[in-house]
Amino acid sequence: MLKFDDCTIDNGGFHLAADLSVYTGRIVAVIGPSGGGKTTLLEGVAGFLPLSQGEIYWNANPLSDTEPGKRPVAMLFQDGNLFPHLTAAQNVGLGIDPRLRLSPDDKTRIDAALTRVGLDGLGPRKPGALSGGQRARVALARLMVQDRKIFLLDEPFAALGPALKAEMLDLVAELARETGATVLMVSHEPDDARRVADEVILVTDGKARPPAETAKLFADPPDALRAYLGDA
Amino acid sequence: MADRAQPVSARPGTGAAACIAALVLGTLAAVAWRAEPGGGLSAADWAAVRFTLLQATLSALFSVGLAIPVARALARRRFAGRSALIALLGVPFILPVIVAILGLLEVFGRAGLISQLLGLFGLDPIRIYGLHGVVLAHVFLNLPLATRLILQGWQEVPAERFRLAAQLGFDAPAMFRLIEWPLLRQVIPGALAVVFAICLTSFAVALTLGGGPKATTIELGIYQAFRFEFDLGRAALLSGLQILLATGAAMVAIRLAQGTGFGTGLDRSLRRWDGRTTLARTTDTVWIALAAAFLLLPLGAIVASGVPGFAGLPFVVWKAAGVSLLVATASTLLLLLAALPMSAAIATGRHTAIELAGLLGLAASPLVIGTGLFILIRPIADPFLLALPVTALVNALMSLPFAMRILVPRARDIVERYGKLGLSLNMGHGPFLWRVFLPRMRAQIGFAAGLGMALSIGDLGVITLFADPDIATLPLQIYRLMGSYQMEAAAGGALLLLLLSVGTFWLLDKGGRHHAEV
Repeated sequence: MLKFDDCTIDNGGFHLAADLSVYTGRIVAVIGPSGGGKTTLLEGVAGFLPLSQGEIYWNANPLSDTEPGKRPVAMLFQDGNLFPHLTAAQNVGLGIDPRLRLSPDDKTRIDAALTRVGLDGLGPRKPGALSGGQRARVALARLMVQDRKIFLLDEPFAALGPALKAEMLDLVAELARETGATVLMVSHEPDDARRVADEVILVTDGKARPPAETAKLFADPPDALRAYLGDA
Repeated sequence: MADRAQPVSARPGTGAAACIAALVLGTLAAVAWRAEPGGGLSAADWAAVRFTLLQATLSALFSVGLAIPVARALARRRFAGRSALIALLGVPFILPVIVAILGLLEVFGRAGLISQLLGLFGLDPIRIYGLHGVVLAHVFLNLPLATRLILQGWQEVPAERFRLAAQLGFDAPAMFRLIEWPLLRQVIPGALAVVFAICLTSFAVALTLGGGPKATTIELGIYQAFRFEFDLGRAALLSGLQILLATGAAMVAIRLAQGTGFGTGLDRSLRRWDGRTTLARTTDTVWIALAAAFLLLPLGAIVASGVPGFAGLPFVVWKAAGVSLLVATASTLLLLLAALPMSAAIATGRHTAIELAGLLGLAASPLVIGTGLFILIRPIADPFLLALPVTALVNALMSLPFAMRILVPRARDIVERYGKLGLSLNMGHGPFLWRVFLPRMRAQIGFAAGLGMALSIGDLGVITLFADPDIATLPLQIYRLMGSYQMEAAAGGALLLLLLSVGTFWLLDKGGRHHAEV
């Protein structure tokens, strides 16, 4: 369980308050207006932003004193998820060993991960020689080999077209179900949440609300969500 | 979490900055300690101050004044060779001063091209030594820089504004009042300040074309006090004066200057609808032709006059070239060893003090640092034995501000873009440095190294203080050949120097960009 225990995440003057829990293995969409604090919530978990109050626990272990790279967390950012000067296979390999000292077994795992995301044989290519969708798949392959318990997705597919984005979200959901990972994914689109999320955390005005079941939430939205969604 | 985790360590950069600050401030303290204010400044010293300010002011006014019409013409004309000409404007920055001077002598000297032309009409040859010559050389070296600075301002005018002007049918006066003048008012003070600051501490030009009571700069005064009179107290006093002036000018230049003139994309040409009258076309053509001739004639003259002497170059010239390459390589390594950690530290957000340390090279002149180092080294060792290491060190220090301007924006970009990814992958400082930071900095490292190498190979400064007759860098050797009127060997050496400095710059810059994914 990922538990935000009455904590305040400090984003240089902007503060986000969260007091909620996410059960292991759930896929949770984080939605809300721009500037509301969605990215702040994820970066607090990842360890890029400090807490000014409270604590975040993963299975009762406090995370505050743990460096970002040592947390049980794998994160995909809005862009810049791949290093352009490294090949697809090397980018995936970073998820196994950041020094890229890879054993033959590791290489087999990398190839398997690339095959799993539909990029069989494209390992030697550099990101510049891949399409936007293929680049997203490389990042997902790395997510697989990283073997982390929490996936944080800060809209990594925002630049993709609707069909491709849906495909990627389905792939994320599949991977998460296979590995039992807990997912927090930022989204602007209620449809994305409906598509893959078990629950939704609504973030508005510097406050993250406890997760609510997706179907129920959209069926009877609270005022804050209604304001965000508009009349439509 | 008092300290946010960073993908690269700031510690080596902080250390490098501290070393540089200690070096510069230590030499300044040594100078202050040896200065003998009791004697005060002699009439000759005051004359040097006046001449320094006068030549720097005139050089700045002429360079920038002439750069305005040239930049305007380049901004609104498209013609074959435009890109090449704009690239050529970058050459004088890395051109060894002694080469530029020899080239200018070939064109403007007593026996030069222009004087011969004047002779055909029975006129006296022009005089290049003294104030004229110093200002002429400074304009030759800085007109291109000023043009690039102003051109950069022009490029920053949004394309929409020119379309709007075309829509509204602006005539030339309206164009000037509404678009050009506001732009010039922004860029000219910075360009003036930069050229003024550069000319204030220029040494090699004054050494070769100035001299005598009427045309001695402070920098040259330091050299003379040191070399001819061995009056360390007076050298130190002049150094103190130079520090005040140079720091003031550098501070003004940093405040006012927006660009660096190094920016790429200056050859991008924008579709323009103004300046289509015959008058505008003619003036632009004339300005471009004049500027191109002013730049190309001396360079061409160096090549033409250097070729005959090239085959029979005396051994000392080749030896000096070897020394220069050695010094420049050491200097470039020192430069990168300081600049890379410093740029990494600045990128992680620890900037102010480190950025200031990086700029110290602009405020302190080479001869001042040289004098200070001499004072510091003398009690421990024979300074003349350390001529080459000191030259490498001072050259690195002088290139540091430029290297920082090249490296820091890219370093910031890398840390901003990939820092979090590296941290979330648990990369650690070492792997991030070797796997991400250095590979992604490669093009900038190549450019900075090329610049450092070219500037060091061509430098004729602190080496003149320390060198004994047996040892010389190539620029110093050329200067000595000129002094003994071996002009053919000097011209051959100048061609060699030109090839070495432009060649190493080209190789390093090209090598850095080769296969570098953006």
